[in-house]
Amino acid sequence: MEPAISVEHLQVIRGGRTVVADVSFTVPSGTLVGLLGPSGCGKTTLMRSLVGTQVVAGGLVELFGQPAGSPNLRSQVGYVTQAPSVYSDLTVSENLRYFATVLGVQRSAVDRVIDEVGLGEHTDTVVGRLSGGEQARVSLATALLGSPRLLVLDEPTVGLDPLLRRDLWALFAGLAGTGTTLMVSSHVMDEAERCQRLLLMRDGRILADDSPESLLARTGSTDFDTAFISLVADPST
Amino acid sequence: MTLRRTGATTRRVLRQLGHDPRTVALLLAVPAVLMGLLAWILRSRDADFSRFGPPLLGIFPLIVMFLVTSVATLRERTNGTLERLLTMPLTKAEFVMGYALAFGFTAVVQAIVVSGLSFGLYGLHVSGSAWLVVVVAVVDALLGTALGLSLSALASTEFQAVQFMPAFILPQLLLCGIIVPRSELPTALHWLSDILPMSYAVGATQQLSTSVAVTSEFLVDIGVVGMFAAAALLLGAATLRRRTR
Ligand SMILES: Nc1ncnc2c1ncn2[C@@H]1O[C@H](COP(=O)(O)OP(=O)(O)OP(=O)(O)O)[C@@H](O)[C@H]1O
Ligand SMILES: [Mg+2]
Repeated sequence: MEPAISVEHLQVIRGGRTVVADVSFTVPSGTLVGLLGPSGCGKTTLMRSLVGTQVVAGGLVELFGQPAGSPNLRSQVGYVTQAPSVYSDLTVSENLRYFATVLGVQRSAVDRVIDEVGLGEHTDTVVGRLSGGEQARVSLATALLGSPRLLVLDEPTVGLDPLLRRDLWALFAGLAGTGTTLMVSSHVMDEAERCQRLLLMRDGRILADDSPESLLARTGSTDFDTAFISLVADPST
Repeated sequence: MTLRRTGATTRRVLRQLGHDPRTVALLLAVPAVLMGLLAWILRSRDADFSRFGPPLLGIFPLIVMFLVTSVATLRERTNGTLERLLTMPLTKAEFVMGYALAFGFTAVVQAIVVSGLSFGLYGLHVSGSAWLVVVVAVVDALLGTALGLSLSALASTEFQAVQFMPAFILPQLLLCGIIVPRSELPTALHWLSDILPMSYAVGATQQLSTSVAVTSEFLVDIGVVGMFAAAALLLGAATLRRRTR
């Protein structure tokens, strides 16, 4: 089967600096991939290249065999930007109803996603009056509306309480179980263990592309922070 | 372009306005109060009120809608909703038309309120049809919206966007013929005023002030304003970039 994501020699230059340098990887359908790395390493830029909103300097990015950003892909890819991108002056349900119409999905999807992100009590609250984490969940709910084949989520769990983080990761795993491909970024290394596959990034390069278990085994570490540090010290391990 | 997605965008923009009653009140009250002030200043000079009043009925909505649209689209750019929308199956034309219809509708309400007060309470008279003044006001408002949509692409901060008002609108106000008739402008400035949309917006209302029948000059003027608006909307759609650096 065609890979969900296929990236070859991707290079991105922003503000005169190379921020993604010769990145290549493929992700099979139905995988939950974690994209981890320190602040500024290029996670957001890589994700923007996947969804086709980033001008790239070179390389090839294909989703389901089609070039990133092609019109056909727009109803198949859900993207959640790092900062919540919803209308802060509309209520939760007004936001979701609008995006549902744009995506051409049933109104019933609105109730479903509100439930999935646990915002049932805030349906009629204006988004600007929600907390940061709640706003992030509205933004996440928007991406879940169309039941896309690929979800690109930029730090969706930042600032959430442990219970909610657990619930969301369970939701992500459940989606992957039904064939959805997910790429989830985080700079919290602890979240690595929830993924089936890890891409570790540093300074615009992929440091490791492995399963969590094998990464720990290979670096002889018990936690991902240590694994990351030993990879930086000796990339050949 | 689908009606469904355009209409949803229009309703969404109007709903955002609905959540902001103070802005709605300002949209309606500011031009109404300014026209009242003008009527008061010129209370013993009926001729001057008929000269300045009708063009201003068109210029207020143009300026207000220009500012409102610039800020609204800049907000879409900076809060990431535009980036998100453009990764969805929404076309640029649907986005732009959605805005144009929402602010066009707002302009209809604004024009009816301000014209109603001007003709009914402040004693403004035109020789032609007062309804056509409302039509001109709405077309002018659409022009303001269209210019706001296309020019906001040039601004990367709110500070820059607000500066576009004095930069793009005030020169047109000086050259459009309400301060000095365009025919009396120095040649170079006359030529310049020929290519500025506000000259035609004001020309159309001046025709209505002086002629009882609909003149061909009026039709040309309003047609030119409409074409400027359409061109600016096309430009606005063209300047939306799905991919950015
Ligand atoms: N709009 C921009 N113009 C120029 N350079 C940029 C721009 N946005 C980001 N960069 C640079 O690109 C590099 C990668 O940024 P990116 O946002 O992809 O990092 P990130 O891994 O997502 O970081 P974080 O975890 O803090 O979100 C950074 O060094 C940043 O300075
Ligand atoms: Mg980031």
